[in-house]
Amino acid sequence: MAPLLEVDDLRVEFGRGADTASVLNGVSYRVEAGETLAVLGESGSGKSVTAQTIMGILDTPPGRITGGAVRFKGEELLGADRERRRLLRGESMAMIFQDALSALNPVYTVGAQIAEQFRFRRGMSKKDAMVRAAELLDQVKIPNASQRVREYPHQFSGGMRQRAMIAMSLALDPELLIADEPTTALDVTVQAQIMELLDELRRERDMGMILITHDLGVVAEVADRIAVMYAGRIVEEADAATLYAHPAHPYTRGLMASVPRLDSSRGQLDPIPGLPPSLTNIPPGCPFHPRCAHAEDRCRTEVPALRQLDDPAAGPEGHRAACHFAERFVAASPEEVLTP
Amino acid sequence: MSDPILSVRDLVKHFPITRGVLFRKTIGQVHAVDGVSFDLHPGETLGVVGESGCGKSTLAQVLMRLEPPTSGTVTFDGEDLFAKSGAALKAWRRDMQIVLQDPYTSLNPRKTVGDIVGEPFEIHPEVAPKGDRRRKVQELLEVVGLNPEHIRRYPHQFSGGQRQRIGIARALALRPRVIVCDEPVSALDVSIQAQVMNLLGELQTEFGLSYIFIAHDLGVVRHLSDRVAVMYLGKIVETGDSESIYERATHPYTQALLSSVPVPDPSLRGKREVIRLTGDVPSPADPPSGCRFRTRCPKAEAICAEQEPPLVPGGSSDHPSACHFAEVRQILPVA
Repeated sequence: MAPLLEVDDLRVEFGRGADTASVLNGVSYRVEAGETLAVLGESGSGKSVTAQTIMGILDTPPGRITGGAVRFKGEELLGADRERRRLLRGESMAMIFQDALSALNPVYTVGAQIAEQFRFRRGMSKKDAMVRAAELLDQVKIPNASQRVREYPHQFSGGMRQRAMIAMSLALDPELLIADEPTTALDVTVQAQIMELLDELRRERDMGMILITHDLGVVAEVADRIAVMYAGRIVEEADAATLYAHPAHPYTRGLMASVPRLDSSRGQLDPIPGLPPSLTNIPPGCPFHPRCAHAEDRCRTEVPALRQLDDPAAGPEGHRAACHFAERFVAASPEEVLTP
Repeated sequence: MSDPILSVRDLVKHFPITRGVLFRKTIGQVHAVDGVSFDLHPGETLGVVGESGCGKSTLAQVLMRLEPPTSGTVTFDGEDLFAKSGAALKAWRRDMQIVLQDPYTSLNPRKTVGDIVGEPFEIHPEVAPKGDRRRKVQELLEVVGLNPEHIRRYPHQFSGGQRQRIGIARALALRPRVIVCDEPVSALDVSIQAQVMNLLGELQTEFGLSYIFIAHDLGVVRHLSDRVAVMYLGKIVETGDSESIYERATHPYTQALLSSVPVPDPSLRGKREVIRLTGDVPSPADPPSGCRFRTRCPKAEAICAEQEPPLVPGGSSDHPSACHFAEVRQILPVA
């Protein structure tokens, strides 16, 4: 059976001529029903652009899809017409964003914004739609839902707005939920509540979820599988336990060494030197080679393919990495300092 | 221990809430900082953690004398900070500098890096004579790990992490003794954040700086701080050296914070103790009576609404903790 969502060698560019930024350079991943795939990466790695392309909300222009495919339950979406994409949004796939305040319309009540979907997609009366909206707010654990449904976004706190947006995205029972940095703007105690809620809803509804984040902690707590992105490519992919126990790509290892841990005290962090590449001028060969302590001549010329590694400790999905020398790293724990 | 360089006692900052245009009436007060006391010793880092709205940035602004306090005292080197004016105030400003959170808005886009980092020398010309400034600025850029050749570039030509380095160079220009860092790494990506944190650590050793390090990220704070103060709704609820706060937290709020931070280790999934707070932080315009945390506290009892718990060691706590029922609870896995 076709997977719930399949992204295949997706390529996206922005701009023209010498200023062309290659934002996605062949991104492939899969999400099954009921599964959480975390897409981990720093700013500019392409994680949000991939999500926007899947949802069909990428601005074109300036964006340009130059290759690849997005298949939802086997149906190719990139060639589908606007009406078909519009029907799929909300109904089959939905997305929540980082900044709930700017994602909600300030001049309509929260209830009206949720009810809109029931009225236009389900042909419900205004009154019935508001009742359903209140039910949804209740499901995302907003207290006094039947009253708060008539309030405006500014009357909600940050955490409640995020809950309201989650309610809105779930209105038409989508099978795939894309959460783009859903808790980045929130305080830790509220972040924990929202992540728990998302996980619970995913389990109840057997939804597939793509969690886009830069936070290695959040990923470790909820992800089934993790895809690490760098400069518009997936550089490593494995189940969560495998990826954290023995990361095979030097970039993933570098990220892990950069995070200050809560459970260990002072000492030097071991950051990745340098900066991520400019997307208008991605280095030849492996895009990570200028920052990699282990780079050799081959890395400067030959782009490493994302390939399956021989990792006996990995789960049934295996362990993939885009590094010529991944075998060298895969056996070592992230704490082990490897000398080049 | 040496005398503290900065001593804060019962510092209060309230902002009035007003209504009306012609006849402005004060209808309430936002209790942003409400009785905060601490000492900062030379060469030490005091971490201040708390969620949004707890008053940590207002604290920074009052300490920098960007906002007048409502009441309370701050002494710097034994001298009353709020009594300073004129030349004495100007001289003190050399000793204490601030690094701000957002490297995109805290640098003037129309000035070159040389102008930005050299501006403190315009105000305090005694530090660097005019002919010497360019060299001084280039030295500073080198100290913070930027290319000294880039002195004529503008902020937009730098990445976020590089801009934060420019902000740090500017703060270092006058050779201050204390730097207030208000969320200096929160806007940066993890790999860049680690670079800037290492830089702050190196500069501290090199120049013998004292830091007040304000952040909401508990991992970052632990990494850089000797001592930590946890703030909630304008008050310090628990304070102590890093190890006692992170390993032997006794205030239920600190415990909830620690338990909420996701730990990057999937093997601990489901094995950690979870303390989930319900609801949101109450409004600082109308803080709860007694203990301010009681509305979200799993341990709250009648006494918490009546009496405000003092910030003292008590119960099984070896460090000051403002809770009637303070007790040690191991939250983090033992390393």
